Amino acid sequence: MYVAVKGGEAAIDAAHRLLAKNRRGDPSVPELTLAQIEQQLSLAVDRVMTEGSIHDRELAALAIKQARGDLVEAIFLLRAYRTTLPRLAESLPIDTANAALRRRISATFKDLPGGQVLGGTFDYTHRLLDFGLAEPAPQSPSAESVSAPEASQPPPRVLEILNAEDLIEREVPDDAPPPDLTREPLEFPTARALRLQNLARGDEGFLLSLGYSTQRGYGRNHPFAGEIRTGQVAVEIVPEELGFPIVIGEITVTECEMVNQFGGSATEPARFTRGYGLVFGEAERKAMAMALVDRALRAKELGEEINAPAQDEEFVLYHSDSVEASGFVQHLKLPHYVDFQAELNVLRRIRAGGPVEPPATVEAEEENAG
Amino acid sequence: MSGGYNFAYLDEQTKRMIRRALLKAVAIPGYQVPFGSREMPLPYGWGTGGIQVTASIIGAADTLKVIDQGADDTTNAVSIRRFFARTTGVRTTERTIDATIIQTRHRIPETKLGDDQIIVFQVPIPEPLRWLEPRETETRRMHAYADYAVMHVRLYEDVARYGHIATAYDYPVVVNGRYLMRPSPIPKFDNPKLDFSPALMLFGAGREKRIYAVPPYTSVKSLDFEDHPFRIETWTTRCALCGSGDSFLDEVITDDRGGRMFVCSDTDYCAGRRNTEAAAE
Repeated sequence: MYVAVKGGEAAIDAAHRLLAKNRRGDPSVPELTLAQIEQQLSLAVDRVMTEGSIHDRELAALAIKQARGDLVEAIFLLRAYRTTLPRLAESLPIDTANAALRRRISATFKDLPGGQVLGGTFDYTHRLLDFGLAEPAPQSPSAESVSAPEASQPPPRVLEILNAEDLIEREVPDDAPPPDLTREPLEFPTARALRLQNLARGDEGFLLSLGYSTQRGYGRNHPFAGEIRTGQVAVEIVPEELGFPIVIGEITVTECEMVNQFGGSATEPARFTRGYGLVFGEAERKAMAMALVDRALRAKELGEEINAPAQDEEFVLYHSDSVEASGFVQHLKLPHYVDFQAELNVLRRIRAGGPVEPPATVEAEEENAG
Repeated sequence: MSGGYNFAYLDEQTKRMIRRALLKAVAIPGYQVPFGSREMPLPYGWGTGGIQVTASIIGAADTLKVIDQGADDTTNAVSIRRFFARTTGVRTTERTIDATIIQTRHRIPETKLGDDQIIVFQVPIPEPLRWLEPRETETRRMHAYADYAVMHVRLYEDVARYGHIATAYDYPVVVNGRYLMRPSPIPKFDNPKLDFSPALMLFGAGREKRIYAVPPYTSVKSLDFEDHPFRIETWTTRCALCGSGDSFLDEVITDDRGGRMFVCSDTDYCAGRRNTEAAAE
C-alpha cells in the first residue's frame, strides 16, 4: 500500500512503453515519415523552429513526430537539443531587404513599387472544410500553372518610403554585440535586442493575446501593418581565416514591420514609430503579434505612460517562454504531499481554534531551540 | 554513460560558469546569484536548477542520492537519479550516510548530515519576497537595503488573524544575519536542520536562473517574534512502520471511510530504523 503511493521505477518504464505505443497509434495505419511532416505540416515545423530557436526542418519534424503533434512539447525537445550544441560562428545580420520574396503586402499603401504579392496565404479563403482533402488526391494539385512569383528586383521597404520623408523614426544602427538570454540571465531594464530575442522565442499564443490586448486599449499604440514580407535570405559568416563573408545556407523568414503613431514631444516632432517581428518560415501571425508587443514594450523609451500588461517588460519577458511556463505549470503534477501535510496541519490547527486547543493530529507544539 | 554527451550532460564551459556562481553564492550566504541557466532535457519546475548544480559539482568518485518528498522512490527522484546514472555513471545510493551529494526536493533527510556531504536543493521560486512584491527590480533593491519589514508585517498579520504564524513550509529565514532566504519549499519542520549545518547547502533555481547557498556552520534563523517564537510541528501519532516519534510524517489515506495512517516521509530513515529493530530482535 505504502509503496503504491510512492510510484517507482517500474511504473516509469511502463509509462514510457505505453507512450511509445500511443505515439504509433493503430499499427495498420502507415507510420508518418519526417518528410511528410516537413512538407505537409510545414507551418507546424515553422512554429517549432521559431520557438525552438533552431533552424532545422528535419529536426523540427522529428520533434513533432516524437511529441505526437504537441507543438509545445516539440519546442521543448528542440530546445533541450539546442542547448548542447557548440557555437561555431556568429552570422552576419540577415538582409531581409534583399530577400527573394514569396509574399509581400502592405496595409498602408494601395500600391507601391514592387506591388502587393499575396503568395500562398489562408487570407481570403473561406473557412469551409474541404471534404475533397479527406482522401488523397490522385495527382498533385495545380502543379500545371501555379508557381511562386519571384521579384527580379528586390522591392524597396515600405518603411523606407516613410523614412525618406522623415515621417518615421530612424533606425539607429547598433554595433554592440547582441545579448543572448540563453547564456546570460535576464536583467532589467532590458535592451530592445534582448527583448526581441525573448519575443522571437516566446509562445505564439501568449504574444497573440498580448498583442490583441494592445488593440483593445490595454497599451494602445495605433498599429498599421506597414509591411509583411516572406522570403529567402542568405545566411553569411565571415570565417577568421578568410576575412570576407561566405554564404553557408539560405533560410525562409517572415518579417513584420508595424507603423505606429507617436505624438511627439518637446524635443521631437510627431513621427511614426516602429514595431518589429521576425520569425522562421511562414509563422506570420506570430511575426505580427511580436511586432505589436515589441512596440508596446518600447513605452518607456518613448516616454509613454506604462499601465498595461503588454508594456510591462518584467511581466512580458518573464512569462513569454512556453518551455518555462509549461514546465512550471505542469510541475504541479509532481508530489507535494510534504508541503500539503504541513498545510493540513496548519489548517486543522486553525479550525480547531488556534493555539489554545490542540487539534487532533498536532500536539501542543514544542518550542524549537535551533 | 550516453554517447555524444559530456560527463554529467553539461559542457565544461557551462559547468565553470555555474561553479563561479556557486563560489559567489558561498561567499555571500543567502544572496541570490543570477546565472546563465541552461535548458535541460527535463522540464523547468522539475528540478533543472538542482540538476545543473549537481552536474557542476559531481565527480566520478561521488555517490549520489536523490530524494523527492523525502523518498528515494518517488517518480521524479527516480527520473533524476537515472539521469545522472546515465550521464555520469557514478554510484547512486538510497542511504543518506553513504551519499556524498544529496539532491532533494521539499525535504532535508532526518539523518544528520556530515561535513563531507553536500545537499543540493531544487528551488521553484527563489525570491522570499515574491508573493509580497512581484517585481524583480524592486525585490533586488529591498535585499540591497536589507529592507525586510514587509515580511515581518506578513507574519504579524498571521498572528493577528490566527493567533500564530500560519506559514507551514517555505518558511522564511535570515542567513548569517544578513539575507532573507527562501529555504525552498521544505516544511518548517526542517528549518532547524539548516542552522549551523556541517554540510554545505546549495540551492538551484533553473527557471528563475538563480543560485544561492548556505556554507557549513552558518547561522540560519527562522523569522519570528519574541512573544511568538518559531515552533515546528509535531504529531500525536508515531510512524506506523518504524514507530519514530521525531520525524516528519506523511498522511496516507487507507480507505474511503476516513481511515489513515502516518508514516515517515524519509524512506531511508524509516527503513534504517526498521532494520536496526529487526537486527536487535
